[in-house]
Amino acid sequence: MSEILIKNGHVFDVVSGVKGDAKDIAIKDGKIVDKVSSKAKTIDASGKTVMAGALDIHAHVAGPKVNLGRWFRPEDKWYRGQMRGGIVKETSRMEQGFSIPSVFRTGYCYGRMGYTFVMEAAMPPLYARHVHEEIHDTPIIDEAALPVFGNNWFVMEYLKEKDIQKTAAYIAWLMRVTKGYGIKVVNPGGTEAWGWGLNCLGINDEVPYFDITPAEITTGLIEANEYLGLPHSVHIHPNSLGDPGNNPVTIDTMKLAAKYKPNNKFGREQVLHMTHLQFHSYGGSGWGDFCSASKEIMDYVNKHKEITFDTGNVTLDETTTMTADGPFEHHLCALNHLKWCNVDVELETGSGVVPFIYSPNVFPCAVQWATGLELALLAKDPMRTMITTDHPNAGPFTRYPRVFKWLMSKKTRDEQMAAFKNSGKVADATILNELDREITLYELSQMTRAAPAKALGLSSTRGGLATGMDADVAIYDIDPTKMPTDPETIEKVFLNASYLLKNGEIVISDGQIVFENPKKMTFWVNAKAPENKQVNRDIREKFLRYYTVTQANYEVPDSYAPHPFVIETEANV
Amino acid sequence: MTKVVTDVVCPFCGTLCDDLAITVSDDGKQIIDCQNACAIGAEKFLHTSAGHGRITRPRKRQPDGSYKEITYDEAIEYTAQMLAKAKKTLWYGWASTSCEAMAVGHKVAEKAGTMVDNCATVCHGSSLLAIQDVGVPSCTLGEVKNRADRVVFWGCNPAHAHPRHMSRYSIFPRGFFTTKGHKGRKIIVVDCRYTDTAKCADEFIQIDQSYDYEVLDAFRTVARGHDIPDVVGGVPKEKIIKAVETLKEGRFGVIFFGMGLTHTLGRNHNIDIAINLTRDLNDFTKFSIVAMRGHWNVTGSGQVLSWQYGFPYCVDLTRRTHARYQPGDTSSVDLLRRKEVDACICIASDIGAHFPIEATRHMAQIPSVCIDPHINLTTEISDVHIPVALVGVEVAGCAYRMDNVPMACRKVVDPPEGMLTDEELLEKVYVRLCEIMGDS
Repeated sequence: MSEILIKNGHVFDVVSGVKGDAKDIAIKDGKIVDKVSSKAKTIDASGKTVMAGALDIHAHVAGPKVNLGRWFRPEDKWYRGQMRGGIVKETSRMEQGFSIPSVFRTGYCYGRMGYTFVMEAAMPPLYARHVHEEIHDTPIIDEAALPVFGNNWFVMEYLKEKDIQKTAAYIAWLMRVTKGYGIKVVNPGGTEAWGWGLNCLGINDEVPYFDITPAEITTGLIEANEYLGLPHSVHIHPNSLGDPGNNPVTIDTMKLAAKYKPNNKFGREQVLHMTHLQFHSYGGSGWGDFCSASKEIMDYVNKHKEITFDTGNVTLDETTTMTADGPFEHHLCALNHLKWCNVDVELETGSGVVPFIYSPNVFPCAVQWATGLELALLAKDPMRTMITTDHPNAGPFTRYPRVFKWLMSKKTRDEQMAAFKNSGKVADATILNELDREITLYELSQMTRAAPAKALGLSSTRGGLATGMDADVAIYDIDPTKMPTDPETIEKVFLNASYLLKNGEIVISDGQIVFENPKKMTFWVNAKAPENKQVNRDIREKFLRYYTVTQANYEVPDSYAPHPFVIETEANV
Repeated sequence: MTKVVTDVVCPFCGTLCDDLAITVSDDGKQIIDCQNACAIGAEKFLHTSAGHGRITRPRKRQPDGSYKEITYDEAIEYTAQMLAKAKKTLWYGWASTSCEAMAVGHKVAEKAGTMVDNCATVCHGSSLLAIQDVGVPSCTLGEVKNRADRVVFWGCNPAHAHPRHMSRYSIFPRGFFTTKGHKGRKIIVVDCRYTDTAKCADEFIQIDQSYDYEVLDAFRTVARGHDIPDVVGGVPKEKIIKAVETLKEGRFGVIFFGMGLTHTLGRNHNIDIAINLTRDLNDFTKFSIVAMRGHWNVTGSGQVLSWQYGFPYCVDLTRRTHARYQPGDTSSVDLLRRKEVDACICIASDIGAHFPIEATRHMAQIPSVCIDPHINLTTEISDVHIPVALVGVEVAGCAYRMDNVPMACRKVVDPPEGMLTDEELLEKVYVRLCEIMGDS
C-alpha cells in the first residue's frame, strides 16, 4: 500500500508529547510509522500546523429526530449562498442545509474541518436501523452511536430492584442488537414522565409508576457501565436542562459519580461524561435575573477527576434544537411559540424538535454564549474538556472554528460582548470579561483530539500521531511561530483544512476534497456479560406483549453496518 | 417438506405488520400459505405464485400499440439514453420499493438532473406541508397500544384501508397501562360517512362534507373554554362539548387522520388545525397525532429524500448544484399538467391509476419508462415497462412504518429466474448513464 511523508509541519500531539516542533510524520498502510522509504509521496507542511484527525464526542448527525429536523424545516435550506453565482459544486453529491445538513454535507464539512470521527449522541433503540442507514450514507467520517437508556422500562424495572447484573445483561444485549457504542442518559426518568405530560426536574423526583428516581437510574447505570468495562463512560444529559438556576441539579448529578472508580482496559479515567454542560450551568431564579453559574460548576469539575465534560457552546445562530428530552422541547415551544415536533418512543424514550434563534439581541441567549466559553476557559484540565456545540442544539458543528476563534482570542470575545444589545446587563450576569485566558494550539489539540479519544476509550489508535496509531491527520494553514494578527484567520483556517488524511488516504489536498469516499467505519461495542436467563425471558415477554415489532425484527441486520469496527469487552465479574 | 418463514413484514400498507408467517414450498420458489395477514396483505404474497399478470422481461411499445419483449440491457439503454437526452425528467413513485433502491435511484436522478417526487404528492403531501408550518406532536404506535385511553379517527377508515391497525395498535390491544384493551378506551370517529370503523366507535360524529376545518376550529374553541354556535358543520354544539370533555379527561390521547382530512376543502389547513388542537390538548393531558400513511414505504421515500436533500417530496434536482423544493411548482401533477417535463419514469407506483386525466395524458405523450413488478395502468401507457422483483416478497429491504419506525422487510421466495431487483437495475442504469454523460 501507499506510503506518505508529511514533512516539516508544526506538530501538536499530546500522545507523542510534541508541542509545535517541526517534525515529519510518516505513514504506511494506514498507520503512523517511524519511517518510510524514499518512494513515499511527500506533503510539504512547512509553515503549517499538523494535528491528528479530530473527534466529535457529541453531535446529532443521524437518526429520526435529525431527519425530522431536516424535512420539517425547508427554510433551513435557504442558507445556500455558496451555491449561488454559478459556483461549481466541489463534490459529486449536493450539499444541502445549514443547521441540520444533509448526510453528504455532514460528511464533507466534518472532513473539511479535519474531523474523522463523530459520535451520534442519541440513538433511540427502536429506530436504530434508521440511524445506521444514515451513517451508511454519510461520507468520509467514522461514526458510532449511543443508544439511550435513561428512560428505558427494562432499566428502570431492574434498577428498582437494584439488580446491576440484570441491568448489565440487558444493556449488553441492546448494544449488540442495535450496534450501539455506550450508555447515553437523557433527562433520566423525565422523558418517561413525559409519556403522561409530566417531567422530573430534580434528581430525587419520582418517576410516575416506576417508583424510581433519576439519581437511582444514574448511579445504577454507572455501576452497570463499570461492571461491563465499556470503553466510554455513562454519557449524561442531566435533568432540568436549560432552566434558570439549574446548577444545583447539575452539581447533584455530578456528586452521584464521586464514589465510583473507572474499571476498563481502554485507558478511560472518567466514570461520568457531562454533555453540553453550558445548558446546565445557569444561576438566577427566572429569565430576568438569569446568569452564568460557570464558576460554581467548574469549581466542582476541576476538583473531580471522575468527570469529563463537553461545552455545548452557543454560536448565536438560527438553529434547530433536538433532544430525547421531550418535556424540554415542549417547554421551549412555550417560550418561543415556533413549530414543535414530539416523538414518544414505546418502552424506551422520547424526543422533540423545535427551531430556535439564538439572537444577540436577546439577553438570555447572550448569557448562554458567554457561559459556554467560560466553562472551557475555566477548565484546568484540557484532557477532561471537549469543545462541542451539541450540534445542532446550541449551533451547527460548522461553527466549531468560530468557537475556537473566541477561545483563542480575547479580542474577538470582547468585540462580541460589546456588540450585544444588552451588553452591560450581559457583562453583569457573566464573568467572561474577567477571563484573559487564550487557548493555545496545543490545548486545542487536546480538547478536540486527545481528550475525546481518551474519554471514548479510543486513545490507543485515535486522537494522536504516535507510531502505530491510525493515520488520520489534518494539516491547517496556520504557522504557530507567526500567529495571525487577525483572529478571523483562525476561523477561516480551521473551517477548511489544507490536507486531510483518513486511514492514510488523502481526502483533502490543497483545501479541496479529492477523494470523497475513503473507507469509513461504524464503531460499536460487543459487551460480553454473563448470560441471564431471566433477562432473556423478560425481553421475550416485553416483545410479545408491549412492543409493536417482534423481537426478530428488532435487531439491526449486519447489512446496515457493512463496515463495522467492533470493540469487544469482558464484564468485570 | 414445506418450510415456514416467520416474522415476515407485510409490504402492503403503512401499518407494516411484522408477524406474518408464510409457508413456502420445498424448493423455495412457491408461496403456499400466508398466516396472520389481512385479506389484502395475504393476496400480495399469494398472487405471486398464482402468476396473475406477471411478466418477467422488459417490454417495449411498438408503433402499432402492441408490446414486444426486449432484454434488460435494451431497457437499460433506453432508460439511460432517455435520461441523458431529456431536459427535465419527472421521476415519480418510490412508495413500493426499498430505501436501499431509493438511495441508488437518487444517485441516478442527481446525475441526470431530474425531478424526484413520491406518492405523498397525491396523498399526505398536505400533511407534510402542515407539519412544516406548525410541527407535529406524535408518538410511535406502541405508545398508543400501551398508554392511549382516547383514540380519535378523523377522516380515515382503517377497517378498510389499514385492516389490522385497530387490532394491533389503536382500538383492541391490551398494553402495559391499558390492560382493559378496548374497554379502557373511548373511541371517537369523525367522518362524513358512517364507515365500518365508525361501527367500533363509542361516539360517531357525522359532519357535513368538507366542514372539517370548521368542526376542528369548534373543538379548539371549546377546549379553550369559549362558546360556539349551536350547530357547526352539521354537528350540534352539545355533541362537540361532550367530545372535547371526553378528550380532556383522558390520560393519553391520539388523533389518527387520513385522506378525509388531507383532501377535503382546506387540505393542509385542515391538518394544521388538527395539529393545533393536539397542541392545545397537551395543556390539559398528553396528546399525539399520527398520519395514516398509505403505501407501505411512502414514509421511507420521504425519509431518504430528507437525509440526502432535506425535503420529503417534490424535490427538484435539475439545477445540479443544489436541490429545490416548491410544491405547486415542483410537484408531479402540476409538472405534467403544465407539460413542463419531457420524459417520465414511474417507479413502484401508478400514475395512471392516481393522477388526474390531463396529467396522465401528458405522461402518455412523452418518452416514458415504468419500473414495476406488475402490469398496471401506467405500464400500459409507457414506452418501456421494466418488471422487477417484488420487494418484501422476493427481495429484502428497508421500509418505514407510518410512525417512521424502520422495518427490515424479508425475502420469502426467489424472484422468477433472471429477474433484476430495483437496486440492481438502477445500479446498471447509473453505470450506463455515467458512460453516456461522462464524469462531468
